[in-house]
Amino acid sequence: EDKEDESKEEDNGSQQNRASRRKNYQRKNRDGKKAREEGSQKQDRGKTAPNKDQKVSENKEKKTTKRGKEGENKEKKDRKNSTSSASSNSSDEESLSEEELAMLKEQVEQKKKLISTMRNKPWRMVKKLSVLREAQDFVEKFEGALGKGKGKKLYAYKMMMAKKWVKFKRDFENFKTQCIPWEMKIKEVESHFGSSVASYFIFLRWMYGVNLVLFGLIFGLVIIPEVLMGMPYGSLPRKTVPRAEQATAMDFSVLWDFEGYIKYSALFYGYYNNQRTIGWLKYRLPMAYFMVGISVFGYSLMVVIRSMARNANESTADGDDDNFIFSWKMFTSWDYLIGNPETADNKFASITTSFKESIVDEQESNKDENIHLRRFLRVLANVLIICCLCGSGYLIYFVVKRSQTFSKMQNVGWYERNEVEIVMSLLGMFCPPLFETIAALENYHPRIGLKWQLGRIFALFLGNLYTFLLALMDDVNEKLAEEDVVKNITHWTLLGHYNSSAGNDSTVTPPPLDPADVPRGPCWETTVGIEFMRLTVSDILVTYITILVGDFIRACFVRFVNYCWCWDLEAGFPSYAEFDISGNVLGLVFNQGMIWMGSFYAPGLVGINVLRLLTSMYFQCWAVMSSNVPHARVFKASKSNNFYMGLVLLILFLSLLPVAYTIMSLPPSFDCGPFSGKKRMYDVIQETIELDFPLFVAKIFSYVANPGLIIPAILLMVLTIYYLNAVSKAYQRANAELKKKMQMQREEEKNKRNNKDSTNPMLQDLEDLLTPSTKMESPPKQAEDKKTESLDGTSSVRKPGRGDALAGSPLASGRGAAFAPIIPPSHVFVAQPRTLGIRVPYPGQPRPWGHPLAPVPGRGRGQPCH
Amino acid sequence: MGNKQTIFTQEQLDAYQDCTFFTRKEILRLFHRYRDLAPQLVPLDYSASPAVTLPYELIGSMPELKDNPFRQRIAEVFSEHGDGNMTLDDFLDMFSVLSEMAPRDLKAYYAFKIYDFNNDDYICKSDLEKTVNKLTRNELTPEEVSLVCEKVIYEADVDNDGKLSLADFQHMIIRAPDFLSTFHIRI
Repeated sequence: EDKEDESKEEDNGSQQNRASRRKNYQRKNRDGKKAREEGSQKQDRGKTAPNKDQKVSENKEKKTTKRGKEGENKEKKDRKNSTSSASSNSSDEESLSEEELAMLKEQVEQKKKLISTMRNKPWRMVKKLSVLREAQDFVEKFEGALGKGKGKKLYAYKMMMAKKWVKFKRDFENFKTQCIPWEMKIKEVESHFGSSVASYFIFLRWMYGVNLVLFGLIFGLVIIPEVLMGMPYGSLPRKTVPRAEQATAMDFSVLWDFEGYIKYSALFYGYYNNQRTIGWLKYRLPMAYFMVGISVFGYSLMVVIRSMARNANESTADGDDDNFIFSWKMFTSWDYLIGNPETADNKFASITTSFKESIVDEQESNKDENIHLRRFLRVLANVLIICCLCGSGYLIYFVVKRSQTFSKMQNVGWYERNEVEIVMSLLGMFCPPLFETIAALENYHPRIGLKWQLGRIFALFLGNLYTFLLALMDDVNEKLAEEDVVKNITHWTLLGHYNSSAGNDSTVTPPPLDPADVPRGPCWETTVGIEFMRLTVSDILVTYITILVGDFIRACFVRFVNYCWCWDLEAGFPSYAEFDISGNVLGLVFNQGMIWMGSFYAPGLVGINVLRLLTSMYFQCWAVMSSNVPHARVFKASKSNNFYMGLVLLILFLSLLPVAYTIMSLPPSFDCGPFSGKKRMYDVIQETIELDFPLFVAKIFSYVANPGLIIPAILLMVLTIYYLNAVSKAYQRANAELKKKMQMQREEEKNKRNNKDSTNPMLQDLEDLLTPSTKMESPPKQAEDKKTESLDGTSSVRKPGRGDALAGSPLASGRGAAFAPIIPPSHVFVAQPRTLGIRVPYPGQPRPWGHPLAPVPGRGRGQPCH
Repeated sequence: MGNKQTIFTQEQLDAYQDCTFFTRKEILRLFHRYRDLAPQLVPLDYSASPAVTLPYELIGSMPELKDNPFRQRIAEVFSEHGDGNMTLDDFLDMFSVLSEMAPRDLKAYYAFKIYDFNNDDYICKSDLEKTVNKLTRNELTPEEVSLVCEKVIYEADVDNDGKLSLADFQHMIIRAPDFLSTFHIRI
């Protein structure tokens, strides 16, 4: 804003200069013209010239209103006068010269800028409204006058369209904010539990948005085309339930395991046909399937990185700056969102403790008598947790192995079939609280504790997930081996069938084998998809049941049994549950990881996830409001949003790996899925390029895919990364350097203040050095200097809204700190008369527009024109 | 958007949208919040901009403010005469500044005014003491309070005049990681 002001000021100056130049020009013109014309011109000039000047001065006045408040009333009157009189002679606007037009345009632009930044001004609403109205009137009145003849019409049209566009944009903005769901719900949670709990719900909402887009992609481009245009159910072996399973295919217990009819539906990979094009649209389904699978990852990566970058941009402040510990505690620790007495009590308590902690830290910064004990406890805690992690990993591996033997046996029970999911969910349920108990040994600050907790649970989930994947991989490899056998059998069966029918009667085409009877391969892709589907569903159920039992039932019990119990349940042992931020965030993140991994093999998975997020928004909001209590130590997980995003990015990358591996290196099943019959899944791209594109595209593609090109490209990227990294490091260093300098400067200042009597010789020297240099510099760019100085001068009178005088880079602030005391104050006073002069141009005279003033009022007043 | 409302004229709504960070719907919602504080005082037709002022006691009892230790200061800063009594315009102003969309500089400016209890355009030691006592509900001893205040002045006072000017305050607050997220009321 500082700069803006400056530039405006400059504009003003140049306008004034121009105005006087224009007058000179007009005078010359007039001299050279005939008397007849002269008369009219005189009249004309008499009317327009003060017009202009008035506008200029009016503009100036506006500027000064920002600074001083004393002259406000008078100015307002003045302005009113001028606008009312201005409207009376609008007919004169027809006869504006080019220069005037340009000037007018500039002013109109300025006003428009003012209108658009009105909301950023720290004024009272009344003032904002009146200034706004005036600026709008001005724009309204004068923008029509711009342009002539045809141009005028065009201009007016353009203006009209611009206005319409602004209105449309505003409506659209209104519409958009109306479409943001759950604003009130989140607000309610926020006011009860503070911003850290709300950040979970905001994250959940963001996740929902991302999943909605993925859902649109997958459903719009894969599932719906397949359902509408693909071959119907029962037409092909892969689209039919095998004869042996048909009897139970509709049983609920079978469907619940995603077998039976669900397994042979468009929700899973195996259902899709490898036909190149489907329907009358010639829709290339296999190609679309592949591209959608890739773009799911592409879009997610893009969205995550973009929002991370935006978050990073927003938080320009680096939290590691420990210069302002107490100041920040004082001015930013109260969370204005809190609107609940209980939370407020907790917040007061936590602020008090944090103040006390800092005071203690300050008084005895490195005195810790129990450092050895604490270290020992922390190491012990970590050892325990690593043991837990290893144990859970082994347990999962063991269970998955066991489930493979179960799957070969017939009629196993419900528990055996779902053992993997149950064990994984139970681990996810009991390990985090266990970790939390262990973490109590470590005695970290809750914010650091939360990070550790998150990291540990992350490791647990990740270990579990990857153990699961490894075991699944074993399974897949087994299936692949099995497939080779089945492939032969199928081949021979079909051959035998045709041969046998051909042997009977060679002229009649053999009746095709019923698709339900054809022997099938195991179709490992669908198996993987089903595994993920089941994992997701069981995860949802466990989450909901945990909330219901762990939070709601517990809350009910505590609330109602408390009347007849021997100790105080609410304050004592069970009490109410706190909302577990870390666990919930990680649950969400890992769930998303499973969705990303599974969505390639089970396109329907995203649909289920959308439903899950939708319900969990309502369910968790209800649960948190009804049965949780605010945290005992309400703290803000600062910059946690980027922390969550970092987790999401990590999990996205980790879930990309197995999918990419299977796509690149495993052969697709021979009898199911859109890529059957190909050696590798990505062959579909090559096929499309060869068959559907002209030859040269294929050639270009082959060149591009050449390792000779790819390796240099990667090299280039690596080099770029290296370079950018080096640059950012250099900036950081410079930053640190400047910070240090500033610190030194301050120390010096302090010293100087402390021993005022003994003048610091070095500073004196510095002052002597600096003062003449600034003076020497000033004559050539006097105007500019004056401008900045006038700004300084006004700021010392405290102009509201000069928000970031010291904002931005530490360079600027460093300079401000360095020069502020050194520049002699006389410079500041140089500017003072000028601003005063502008503010009170001709105190007594309310200049009406119609009457020409003999001396041009604006000319000699402001700064000297050159 | 087609819902009829007769509270404001279209021009008024547009002007309010230009002057605040709110959308049309939010402005109407805020109006209703304002009106709910005193339904008998506030008319349902604001097209003539009636001069209605609600006393601080009503403003301070809003759930958004009632637990805030600085509620009185907030109301005073945003009220026209500095007494905490607010017109609808002041009310909109207040929540606009405290909304999520308001830029850092604007927020910093008003935060400065809020913490400047004696309105002398500087945050001096007495202001800081008041702030600490409000934040901790007087649970720190006077020595601790004065230590904290000294530390704050030591940290943030760039020009060494023993009190914080607006520039000092902005210099400090703009680097605070939590300022934007905490100095904000969702309405």
